Amino acid sequence: MKTESRLEKVLAAGHFAVTAECGPPKGSDVGALEEKGKILLNKVDAVNVTDNQTAIVRMSSVAACSILKNLGHEPILQMVTRDRNRIALQSDLFGAYALGMRNVLCLTGDHQCFGNQKQAVGVFDLDSIQLVRTVRDMRETGKIIGGEDIQVPPRMFIGAAENPFADPLSWRVVRLAKKVDAGVDFIQTQCIFNLDRFSRFMEQARDMGLTEKISILAGITPMKSVGMARYMANKVAGMDVPEDLIKRMAGVPKEQQAEEGIKITVETIQQVREISGVAGVHLMAIEWEHKVPEILAAAGLDKRPVV
Amino acid sequence: MIVAELKRIDEIRKMIDRYSSILVVGCDSCVAECAAGGNRETMLLAAALRLSYRKDNKNPVITEACLDRQCVDDFIEGIAHQVPEHEVILSLGCGAGVQALARVYTDKPIIPALDTLFIGETQMRGVWQENCLGCGQCKLGHFGAVCPVTRCSKKLMNGPCGGSKEGRCEVHPEIPCGWDMIVTRLETLGELDRLSEYVPPVDWSTSHSGGPRRVVREDQKP
Repeated sequence: MKTESRLEKVLAAGHFAVTAECGPPKGSDVGALEEKGKILLNKVDAVNVTDNQTAIVRMSSVAACSILKNLGHEPILQMVTRDRNRIALQSDLFGAYALGMRNVLCLTGDHQCFGNQKQAVGVFDLDSIQLVRTVRDMRETGKIIGGEDIQVPPRMFIGAAENPFADPLSWRVVRLAKKVDAGVDFIQTQCIFNLDRFSRFMEQARDMGLTEKISILAGITPMKSVGMARYMANKVAGMDVPEDLIKRMAGVPKEQQAEEGIKITVETIQQVREISGVAGVHLMAIEWEHKVPEILAAAGLDKRPVV
Repeated sequence: MIVAELKRIDEIRKMIDRYSSILVVGCDSCVAECAAGGNRETMLLAAALRLSYRKDNKNPVITEACLDRQCVDDFIEGIAHQVPEHEVILSLGCGAGVQALARVYTDKPIIPALDTLFIGETQMRGVWQENCLGCGQCKLGHFGAVCPVTRCSKKLMNGPCGGSKEGRCEVHPEIPCGWDMIVTRLETLGELDRLSEYVPPVDWSTSHSGGPRRVVREDQKP
């Protein structure tokens, strides 16, 4: 094992892994975070703690990770390069490891224009791939950027995101290969609604031998209503929601749409499990975390392996 | 060139209302090309100010002048004879021009009439595009002559982010995705291989992050 990560052990043992997202509160409400955390406890192999997602100010991901860890979770620390330069990022990696975090997801982050601090400076000192390499170098060589040695280097299991639906299409798998070269151990993809395009992406990844080197977790988001489906299709950066899916949601009465959304989610999980090279699922139930146990039970994934 | 835009008259007036004689000074270089601060725009602004003051029953002295370049001492001296007769200089130069005037005319307040925006090009009449941030280490040779530092909203060096959709940036549909342009151009040139190599963190110390920059060349000194 490269690290002490539980997620690494689960994946190495060949189990189909389950991770889920848990967004920190807008404020310092520890109770609210613990409540969300308790719903997911023992239902997932690791929990992703978002980092000021969509550029909206929330409790710091390092602090929220620590709270969830104390609850018994295995956190995946999400880190975006939008808000912190290389000094702050490396410093937070030291701190997170000291607090017991063993997984990190390296992201660039949504542009600050999406959030509630639109006038903020966008830092982007590093990009996500450079952050991946930075974390890997800390682990493999015990050095920070610039080559200085550090005492007790963080040994993180390194993740990154990939959006199989963004453009330019010819470039997506090349970028994935670049992330693998930079030192990624696992990938969590953008929410999958367009299974055809995701299958093609996975085929390309297999052809390039990438699925042999890293674990790809398929990103899944349940939709609460046809309104949410339309919103995701039109307003959220990098989403691909096929018209058929919107029609299917629109085709059921309003009060049954949430149920239909969950049905679609379970079907999607089952379909991605059939695709060769998919090592697990990553559930992003946005402000709907309490539905995750129900979805996992319906998909037959509610029993998590002991490793 | 430097691209700038004229400030609103009310914003300019707030800064100059306290003076009774104003020397309005244009710059007939970059800001003339972008139709913000050249000879023509200087005359127009002076006329607009006179009209605006007349409406308020005020009648300050307003004189126009235009320099070929506001950022070079030899040219700046061209208004030396007019400066003493005025209480303030309203500059239609870029930020560099305003500060150069202040360095030369130490006893005069210099007020900017423009908002200086960026280093860019005239893409067509009425359209100016930012395409250089002056990072101090030109990387265009690696990226098909499309600058990722400037044309990507996140300054990404290792490929497009997940927000690139149909050639458009996630920040605004009117912004072309810089990385889409890089990939398309290198594909056309058959040089896409340039992008597979990992690009390490940028050395920003040669950019403004290293503090205000200065070039000194002994061979050019008088």
